[in-house]
Amino acid sequence: MKVLIPSALRSYTEHGEAEASGATLGAVLADLDRRYAGIRFRMIDEQDRIRRHIRIFVNGEQVRDLSQPLRATDEVVIVQALSGG
Amino acid sequence: MARKIRKLLVTVATRKGAWLYHGDAARRTWRADGPHFLGHVISHLVLDPRDGRTLLAAAKTGHLGPTVFRSSDLGRTWKEAARPPAFAKAADGKEGRAVDHTFWLTPGHADEAGVWYAGTSPQGLFRSEDGGVTWQPFSPINDDPQYRKWMGTVQDGTPDGPKLHSIIVDPRDAAHLYFAMSGGGVHESVDGGRTWAPILKGLEVVEGFDRAEATFHDPHCVRLCPSNPDRLFQQNHCGIYRLDRPSSDTWVRIGKAMPKQVGDIGFPMVVHPREADTAWVFPMDGTAVWPRTSPQGRPAAYGTRNGGKTWQRLDAGLPASQAWWTVKRQAMTADAADPVGLYFGTTSGELWMSRDEGRRWACMARHLPEIYAVEAAEPRSR
Repeated sequence: MKVLIPSALRSYTEHGEAEASGATLGAVLADLDRRYAGIRFRMIDEQDRIRRHIRIFVNGEQVRDLSQPLRATDEVVIVQALSGG
Repeated sequence: MARKIRKLLVTVATRKGAWLYHGDAARRTWRADGPHFLGHVISHLVLDPRDGRTLLAAAKTGHLGPTVFRSSDLGRTWKEAARPPAFAKAADGKEGRAVDHTFWLTPGHADEAGVWYAGTSPQGLFRSEDGGVTWQPFSPINDDPQYRKWMGTVQDGTPDGPKLHSIIVDPRDAAHLYFAMSGGGVHESVDGGRTWAPILKGLEVVEGFDRAEATFHDPHCVRLCPSNPDRLFQQNHCGIYRLDRPSSDTWVRIGKAMPKQVGDIGFPMVVHPREADTAWVFPMDGTAVWPRTSPQGRPAAYGTRNGGKTWQRLDAGLPASQAWWTVKRQAMTADAADPVGLYFGTTSGELWMSRDEGRRWACMARHLPEIYAVEAAEPRSR
């Protein structure tokens, strides 16, 4: 499925859009990490929590649980806050 | 005995990236290389003294998780660690900790090629055996109930999170280790990290708290003297101390000999590479609300040549007034040349150096982001 990547993570993917597959959000992020080593840990901590300034939307709805089931036609959008100075 | 230095590398880690300064043997010509990782918070950038080529950088950005970058060609190219420092996954139903940032990096013993140690915030201790590519939690302390109690929570102590720092490997014995916690005291292991014990005797704590309780001890920076590894110097939240092992287990507050109007509060501690009686500090204002600026706006290093019995003010070349910056705990260091070069980076983004052990200072760079760490090392060509 299509995964939209925020600018801060494009050093991994080189593009704003990546392809990944999996039956759950967790599986999709694991697949993304296989393709772009290291990208998952920048978004998900070692306790499998989505990091504080990362938001993930599936078909426009925010998802907080990595076990959320996904379909191949779903669109995943990863958003990262840009607050700070 | 001082070796002849052929060239030097000064690494500068800042709140917005890293810079490398390549210097000649005379330390008069410097070539700036940077920024590396522009926009990343770089807490520490360290050259491996065992190969003179490998650099490790502890990095995070404001909104992404922490990582470690590694270069094996003096910063020409970088590769991310395959497994950065991360706590063990907690059992179901238990609240586990997550590394916010790696704060401190220490190369392992000279005989243990590829071994590195890392200290994190929240406070945790990690080790790599493959040159910083993969990291594992090291020793039982990260999950030990007593150590977890001493570590406190992210709400205790240091504003951007308590930090495990000052990881020290005894040059005579790879199994003899020390570390310090910005909230939690100084600790020693003589069995390669299997067991640890606090060394707190003689250290003062903030008035009203219990000195016997490690959690109330706030070491800022601890250094071991290379020429006498039984001697440690410490800059603490409550003064400057020296400890001489094994004859003593009691820290002596050598900061009492500092001028009263300056005090003995600060962040960094620097030791001489060959003279165990010589050390330097950079005092800050630790009065009232703790401005953490240069006392009276007049920055100065202070040096001792007699193990802390007396201190000399070293401010020639530094601003004489209205300079309200300070120097953080990793941001002052010494090279191994003769005479020793001293370097420090300021919270206002200036890099200063002295070619003569602090007698005269010169500004190497200004207008950098806030400087978190400065290290001086000898790079090697292939």
